[in-house]
Amino acid sequence: MSVVTNTTTIGAIELPSRRNTELLLLAFAVVIPIFAYANVGLAIHGELPPGMFAYGAGFAVLAGIAHFVVRRYAKYADPLLLPLATLLNGLGVVLIWRLDQSERLQNLAKRSFGAFSPSAPNQMLYTALAIALFAAVLLILKDHRVLQRFTYISMAGALVLLILPVVPGLGADVFGAKIWISVGGFSIQPGEFAKIVIAIFFAGYLMVKRDALALASRRFMGLYLPRGRDLGPILMIWAMSLLVLVFENDLGTSLLFFGMFVIMLYVATERTSWIVIGLLMSVGGAVVVASFASHVQARVNAWLDPFGCYTTSGACEQVGQSIMSFGSGGVLGAGWGQGNSDLIGFAANSDFIFSTVGEELGLSGVMAFLLIYGLIIERGVRTALAARDPFGKLFAIGLSGAFALQIFVVAGGVMGLIPLTGMTMPFLASGGSSVLANWILIAVLIRISDTARRPAPAPAPSPDSEMTQVVRPS
Amino acid sequence: MNKPLRRISLFCGLLVLALLIRTNWLQYVQAEELSTRKENRRVQIAQYATERGNIIVQGEPITGSTVTDGSDYKYKRTYKDGALWSPVTGYASQAFGATQLESLEDGILTGNDDRLFFDRTIGMFTGEKKQGGNVVTTLNRAAQQAAFEKLGTKKGAVAAIDPRTGAILALVSTPSYDPSSFAGNSKADEKAWVELKDSEDKKLVNRALRETYPPGSTFKVVTAAAALEHGVVKGIDDPTDTPEPYILPGTKTQLPNSHTGCEKASLNEALRISCNSVFANLGDKVTRDKMVETAEKFGFNNDKIDTPVRAFASVYDKKMGRDGNAQSSIGQFNTAATPLQMAMVTAAIANDGKLMKPYMVDQLTAPNLDIIEKHEPQEMSRPLSADNAQKVQQMMVNVVEKGTGEKARIKGVTVGGKTGTAQHGEGNKKRPYAWFISYAENSDGTSPVAVAVVIEDSEGTARDDISGGGLAAPVAKAVMEAVLNG
Repeated sequence: MSVVTNTTTIGAIELPSRRNTELLLLAFAVVIPIFAYANVGLAIHGELPPGMFAYGAGFAVLAGIAHFVVRRYAKYADPLLLPLATLLNGLGVVLIWRLDQSERLQNLAKRSFGAFSPSAPNQMLYTALAIALFAAVLLILKDHRVLQRFTYISMAGALVLLILPVVPGLGADVFGAKIWISVGGFSIQPGEFAKIVIAIFFAGYLMVKRDALALASRRFMGLYLPRGRDLGPILMIWAMSLLVLVFENDLGTSLLFFGMFVIMLYVATERTSWIVIGLLMSVGGAVVVASFASHVQARVNAWLDPFGCYTTSGACEQVGQSIMSFGSGGVLGAGWGQGNSDLIGFAANSDFIFSTVGEELGLSGVMAFLLIYGLIIERGVRTALAARDPFGKLFAIGLSGAFALQIFVVAGGVMGLIPLTGMTMPFLASGGSSVLANWILIAVLIRISDTARRPAPAPAPSPDSEMTQVVRPS
Repeated sequence: MNKPLRRISLFCGLLVLALLIRTNWLQYVQAEELSTRKENRRVQIAQYATERGNIIVQGEPITGSTVTDGSDYKYKRTYKDGALWSPVTGYASQAFGATQLESLEDGILTGNDDRLFFDRTIGMFTGEKKQGGNVVTTLNRAAQQAAFEKLGTKKGAVAAIDPRTGAILALVSTPSYDPSSFAGNSKADEKAWVELKDSEDKKLVNRALRETYPPGSTFKVVTAAAALEHGVVKGIDDPTDTPEPYILPGTKTQLPNSHTGCEKASLNEALRISCNSVFANLGDKVTRDKMVETAEKFGFNNDKIDTPVRAFASVYDKKMGRDGNAQSSIGQFNTAATPLQMAMVTAAIANDGKLMKPYMVDQLTAPNLDIIEKHEPQEMSRPLSADNAQKVQQMMVNVVEKGTGEKARIKGVTVGGKTGTAQHGEGNKKRPYAWFISYAENSDGTSPVAVAVVIEDSEGTARDDISGGGLAAPVAKAVMEAVLNG
C-alpha cells in the first residue's frame, strides 16, 4: 500500500494542445503570401509593391488575432485548420491584386461599366471582417451542441436565404445567375451562408430521425427502402435543390445542397440504399433540368467540346480559355504576374481564379493548392471522427463534405472535368460572402474539434475508489 | 457512425484525386497541344511581345517594328516599301496571322528558335530583353524595283534567279498589297484586311510562286530540250518532217501557226518564229512519258519546291493521250507553270543544263549578327546535257537577235529568250497571258540572271498587242539590266 496508484478510472489524459504548432505554421502562412505579393510586384512593375510591409504587418496582425482567440477560447482545436485557411486567404488576395494589375481587365471593365475599381482592397476589408466574425463565432459559440436547438429555425432561415435572390427588387442578375442580392450597394451571395445554416438543420433533423430512417424500411431487390413518410423530407430537399437550379440558374448550389444532404443521410443511417437513392435522384433531376433549361445545355455542350463551339458560344469560350490557361502554364507555370489568364475576361478573379493559379503557378502550384484544400477536408473529416456527439459528427461531416464538393465542382468546372457551374473557390475567389462564410465554416470546425479533443473533466473524487485495494500477484 | 465517415472520407479523397489527375492531364499531357492551339491568343501575344527581328535585303532591313499602345500586342510589324516586298516577306499581322517568310522563319524572328537558346539564356542573366534574329535574303533590290516599276498597274508576276546558284533575285507580284496596312489589330486594320481578302484582283496572292498559268510558247524550250536529249533531233539546223497544215495525232483538228514558213522547219527556225506545228510534232515523237521525264527534271509536277516559301506545283499531265501531249508540248492543254518554274527552266538552260535549287534565304543570323545557318547552293537535277544546253542557248539567243524577242535585246550583252502568248478560257475567249523568259550572259559566258515574266490580260491593250514580245520582254530586259549593272 505504499504506492498510491490511480487505476480505477480513466484519468484526464492531457492531450497536447498543439497551439505552438499552429503558431509556427501560421508564421509560414503569413510569410508565403507576402513573398508572393513581392513577386507579383517585381514581375509586373519591376519594383516591390507599395505598402508591402504595411500590408504584410496588417495580415500578420489579423492572423495573430485569430490565433490568440483560438488559443484562449478553443485551446484543443485542430492546429492545421487556421494556418491552411490563412494561407489560402492570403494567396487569394495576392491573386486578386495580380489580376487588378492587368491592363486587359482594366480596359474591359472600363468598356463594360465605364470605370474600373480594384478588387484587392475590398478583399482585404472582407478578410478583416471575416477574421472578426471568426473570433465572434468562437467567443459566442462555446459549445456547438447549442445549435441543436435551432434545428427548425435553421431550416426556415436557409429557405429564406435561398429564396432571397429571386425576390424582385432585391435580387441581382449577374451574368445570368441569380445568386446575388444587393443591399445598400453591397452584393451578397446568400447561398454561401445558407450552406452552413442548412448543415445545422440537416444535422439536427437527422440526429433525431436517424433510427426511423435506418430501421423502418422494406427490403427490395437487396436494398432497404425507406417508408414513404420518411422519404418526405428528402423529397422536399430534392425539390428545393431543383428549384434553386431552375429559378436561380445555379447548378453548383443545388448540387452542393443535395450532395451534402445525401452524405449526411448516409452517415446518420449507415444505409447504402440512401446513396443509391440519392444518386438516382440527382441524375434524374439533372437529366430533367438539362433537357429543359437552355443554359444548362450550353454548359454541358461547352464541357463536352469547348473548342467545337469556341467562336459561337460564350460558355464554350470561357471553358476553352480556362483550359488553355492551365495548358499554357505547363509544369512550372509562367510565374506570378507573367501569365495571360486575364484573357478569360469576366469573372477572372472570381469563378475562374483557379485558372490563374494554373497558368502562373503551373502544375506544381495547382497540385499544392489542391493538397491544401485536401488537407482542410481531411482535418474536417477527422474532426467528425473524433467528435463525441452525433450532432457534432453530422455537422462536421456535412460542412467538410460540402467543402469537398465545392472544391470538386469549382476546380473540376474550370479544368473542364465536369460542366462549369457558377461557384467560387473558397478563400481564393474575390467576393465578400464567400470569404465570410468560409471563415465561419472554419470557426465551426475549430469549435467542434476543440470540443472533441478537449480532455474530459476530471471525475469527481469517489470515496469508493480509495477503499478498493489493488491486488497484485507477486 | 464511424464506418460511413471513413467511407465519406475516402470519397472526398477520390474527389481530390480526380482533380489531381485532371490537372496532370491538362498541364502535362496536353500542355503542348493546349498552349499552341490556334484559339490560344498567347501564341500571338508572345509573337509580338518583343521586337521582331528583320528581313534583310542587301544589308538593309525591309521590315521594322513599332510599339503600339492599348493592345494585347506590344510590337507591331512595319514594312518599308511593303507593296514591293510583300511577295518575299509575306505578312505578320497581330490579328490575321503570318504567312511566307514571316511565318516560316517565325522562330528566328521572335527569338524563340531552339538555335537561339544560348542567346536567350545569356539574356536571362544580363537582364537584356529577348531579341529576334534576322533573315538575310538573296534578293536584289535594283532587280526587284525594276520589275515592280515596269509591271506598273498591269496584273502579272516576275521571278528572277541567279542560274549559277539558284538564288532568287526578284520576286514580284502585281497588283500587290502593303502588309503594314493590316499589321495591327485595330478597326482600320480589319477594314484593310477585308478589302484585300475580297479584292477582285486577288491582291494577297503571290503570283510569282502561288499562281500557275499555261506557259504557252515559252514551254517550247522544254520541248526543244526533250527533243535533243531523247535524240529525236540531232542538229538544230536539220529540217524536221513537220507537214503543213499539221493535224493533231488521232484527231482531225488542225493546229494553226501564226507565222508562215513552219513546214519542215528546223528546230532553230521553229523556235525563232515560234512554230506550233513543229513543237507539237516533236513532242509527239518524244512521246508523253519522255516529255514528262524531262519536264519533271526541270521541276514540273513537284509540289515540294521550297524557297523556303513553298511554290505551287507546276503541271505536266502524266495521263493524257497523244493529242493532249502534242498540245501540251506547246504549253497549252493541261500544262501550267508558275513564274518561278519558268525562271527555273531558263536558269537550267543558262547554267549549261544544271538546275540549282531555288532559294531566297541566304542566312539566318542571331541578334548579335552571328550566323546561325547559311544556305549552300544545291544542285537539284540535270534536265539536259551541257552540250544540248548550249544548243538551246544558241537558239534562244537567235530568238532575241532575229526573232520574236527583239525587245529584250541589250547592247553589248548576249541575251537569250523566248516569248509566249498563252491562250486560256473557254474557247480561248479570255484575253491571253503574255509570257517572256530570258537570261543574260556575262562576258565570261556564265549567266548571272534568268528571268520569267508573265502578264495577265491587261485592260487597255489591244488583243493583238498582247504578246510576250510586246508586253513582257521589256520587263525582263529591265530586270536583266538591273542585275548586270548592279
